[in-house]
Amino acid sequence: MSVEYEVVIGLEVHTELKTKTKIFCSCPTEFGSEENTHVCPVCLGLPGVLPVLNKRVLEFAVRTGLALDCQIAGFSKFDRKNYFYPDLPKAYQISQYDLPICYHGCLEIEIGGAAKKIGITRIHMEEDAGKLVHDGATINTSAYSLGDYNRAGVPLLEIVSEPDLRSPEEARIYLEKLKAILEYIDVSDVKMEEGSLRCDANISLRPQGAKTLGTKAEIKNMNSFKALQKALEYEIERQRKILEKGGRIIQETRTWDDAQGVTASMRSKEEAHDYRYFPDPDLVPLVVDPQWVKEIKDSLPELPDTKRKRLTSEMALPDYDARIITGSKALADFFDRVVAGYNEPKTVSNWMMGELLRLLNAKGIEIDKCKVTPENFAALLQIQADGTISGTMAKTVFEEMFSTGQDPALIIREKGLVQISDEGILAGVIDKVIAANPQSVADYKAGKEKTLGSLVGQVMKETKGQANPRIVNKLLKEKLPLFPA
Amino acid sequence: MALIDLTAHELKDLLQKNKISSEELTREYLNRISILDEKIRAFVTVTGELALQQAGKIDQRRAAGEALGALAGIPMALKDNMCTRGVKTTCSSQILNNFIPPYDAAVTERLLTAGAVLVGKCNMDEFAMGSSTENSGFFKTKNPYDEKAVPGGSSGGSAAAVAASEAVYTLGSDTGGSIRQPAAFCGVVGLKPTYGVVSRYGLIAYASSLDQIGPLTKDITDCALVLNEIAGPDPRDSTSAPVEKPDYTSFLSNGIKGLRIGLPKEYMGEGIAPGVASCLKQAAAKLEELGAVCEETSLPHTEYAMPAYYIIATAEASSNLARYDGVRYGLRIQGGDIIDMFKKTRGAGFGTEVKRRIMLGTYALSTGYYEAYYLKALKVRTLVKDDFDRAFTKYDCLLTPTAPTTAFRFGEKSQDPLAMYLQDVCTIPINLAGVPALSLPFGLLQGLPVGIQLIGKAFGEGTLLRVGYALEQNSALTRPRPDRLGAM
Ligand SMILES: [Zn+2]
Repeated sequence: MSVEYEVVIGLEVHTELKTKTKIFCSCPTEFGSEENTHVCPVCLGLPGVLPVLNKRVLEFAVRTGLALDCQIAGFSKFDRKNYFYPDLPKAYQISQYDLPICYHGCLEIEIGGAAKKIGITRIHMEEDAGKLVHDGATINTSAYSLGDYNRAGVPLLEIVSEPDLRSPEEARIYLEKLKAILEYIDVSDVKMEEGSLRCDANISLRPQGAKTLGTKAEIKNMNSFKALQKALEYEIERQRKILEKGGRIIQETRTWDDAQGVTASMRSKEEAHDYRYFPDPDLVPLVVDPQWVKEIKDSLPELPDTKRKRLTSEMALPDYDARIITGSKALADFFDRVVAGYNEPKTVSNWMMGELLRLLNAKGIEIDKCKVTPENFAALLQIQADGTISGTMAKTVFEEMFSTGQDPALIIREKGLVQISDEGILAGVIDKVIAANPQSVADYKAGKEKTLGSLVGQVMKETKGQANPRIVNKLLKEKLPLFPA
Repeated sequence: MALIDLTAHELKDLLQKNKISSEELTREYLNRISILDEKIRAFVTVTGELALQQAGKIDQRRAAGEALGALAGIPMALKDNMCTRGVKTTCSSQILNNFIPPYDAAVTERLLTAGAVLVGKCNMDEFAMGSSTENSGFFKTKNPYDEKAVPGGSSGGSAAAVAASEAVYTLGSDTGGSIRQPAAFCGVVGLKPTYGVVSRYGLIAYASSLDQIGPLTKDITDCALVLNEIAGPDPRDSTSAPVEKPDYTSFLSNGIKGLRIGLPKEYMGEGIAPGVASCLKQAAAKLEELGAVCEETSLPHTEYAMPAYYIIATAEASSNLARYDGVRYGLRIQGGDIIDMFKKTRGAGFGTEVKRRIMLGTYALSTGYYEAYYLKALKVRTLVKDDFDRAFTKYDCLLTPTAPTTAFRFGEKSQDPLAMYLQDVCTIPINLAGVPALSLPFGLLQGLPVGIQLIGKAFGEGTLLRVGYALEQNSALTRPRPDRLGAM
């Protein structure tokens, strides 16, 4: 008989903070500049220079901790993590070991319609390393490697979850939610492709109902949400097969190979570094003022969950819509700004869920690159509501706005897209249509009410779509009474 | 008196009265170095051209009527672990033999801004690890009192340069006695300030929580003048104390009537040479004569200071020196792969004592040993500090020998690391506690200087200068001069 296994996953997420300058010097953190242009003696680890903490990094860490319901440590310190590698200028990374700045937090995710709390063990600050470009495939098969230290000293937060995740899907949802929160509180660009959001996973299996944890593997190099889910699914199968054959899982670090779709062993526990952590004597312990923490807490922006609840309760949006709109800060901000110009949340939501997201997905564009401004979006909805243009016309105008970024009024004027609501003009057209379609008129009068639609269509065609359909309907019904009045 | 015998404050007066020019004075010193340093070997680098340029500029500024600082135009030298922009800074190590920093240390910057003239960089024990300067990766420096004797260390070059008048004053760094012990051996004044008083920015680290820069001078007044220039907060050093500095010269003439001075008995025990002990007694008697109250006291955790020091200092060093990997600067020896390159570079670049301390420190921080060694040492450090805190509730300062003996001979202790480590038994506890201490010459034994140490409470440099000055004004024993130099 086969044993049912329970999957246990914990995530370690690294996020680059978007402070203007590095964590211990005043070099810019900007991504994508020419190699070794954002460096100085401090971030290059030249002899004799000293680190000085960028206070914004501490502020961002506290902000993140508060957004994740953490305790903020009143006393915290920096430690050195020692290991040799050419991308690490000092041969140690300044990090936090036993006294991280934030601890005991939690993040609520929704899985299968039910809420689940995922514990946050700790959040700590550290510096990023530089980047190596190898001549060959790896450092040891290369004739030479080139070092770029622009990234050395860029501030990072490491956010460590409790082993509370029970499936690859939960892991992905947790990471998506975490990403949204980091985006909402504006501490990171959270771009997995650019490496400003990175994720490692600890994963183990244990027989259903077992109390102790199984031996875990640490999985690295998962560079997208999809990769995270695929790597964990692969790893579950790998471990399950070993366990079912009566084998033992080896504690080790494994790397995900996205192209091959497999994880491969990087190093065993025995080969793991002894990092020889000890308090960094160049930095003084951090004593955080509770009043300052309170100020940061009071200035926290609305978080996704609160916002979602507000959208469903105050604005009467369906939960599904609210969830999608609040899923990213950029989308939520866009929504807010459109509603500020056109206060019909449900209509705005319908348009965003329908037209906007459809076009964004079709073109593969992120909301922050969208040419339609929220102000123009609101203006369009207002023009439609005034009856100046029809819904169909509005969609045409919106597509034009999406590709050119132009003002809706301008597009409407240029295309002559004004709706005809003048009953006198429309009556003339209707008379022509009635005269030209005796069969339809007869059918309608005989009780085939659906025939009215084809007559409306004829009127729309005659007016090149500019007739106000509501008025056309009304006039047709007046002119073709079903029963003698 | 010849120019080269004068102190900085005497030269300051001559320069201000235009009796001499800085260029003239600098040439005198460069000349002295060119004649004498073949024997003494206090310098790793002599910056003659640069010094004359700096001196010329100061003369011009003085001629233009500009108000200049006390040390303007006066030749000085820096220990070769303080970064100097554009001037090789080696730590007396092969691994940094080609390193030219693109920046100045905070002390370099402050002295040069004050108009100081840099004549060179002084030899030292490699990475400041040692007590005789025999561990220099380049050559040995000789004691100006006796060419067969060591100058002490690790700031041996800095002390010898002042004693031999190759510089008017120098800066040294002190992690466990590295300013005070060579000052004692070479018969000059050496001050290790309170941890945090002088910025460590640009000082190549040995043990960051213990390292402190301080002056080596011909007398106490010079010590106060140099401290005036180099002390004070620095935003580039997070451990720099946010305390505004006083005018240290203001403490000099206050007298010491009624001052309470403790003599810790643990510093007078076994291992202290009888001659050194008797000099100390003479100093105490002189202080009493001048109105101070001296009495025996106790710092009970003294004997644990040295083992704790050798764990903390080497642990920090193992991490501080890890950056010398041949990747970005300094020596590189190519290897089969990256690990091989690290090994070959570090194997060739570091000397025996440096390797010994890196290994000790790495061991002390390793999993399974951290609690037993490193954490335990930190607890001992607290106890040592508590000893001093308690003593300073009763005493204004403490008096001890600086070193157990006078300068020893080359090779006498270099084969026995423990015997060498014992040289710092009187100085190490002060670094652990972070308090200031001053070494002052007090007498000669068989022609070699004896140093006495005054220890103060944190930021109590003023009291040390005050006591030192009183002794200096009232005892010829405080001003020895190496009379054999002519024969060398
Ligand atoms: Zn930098």
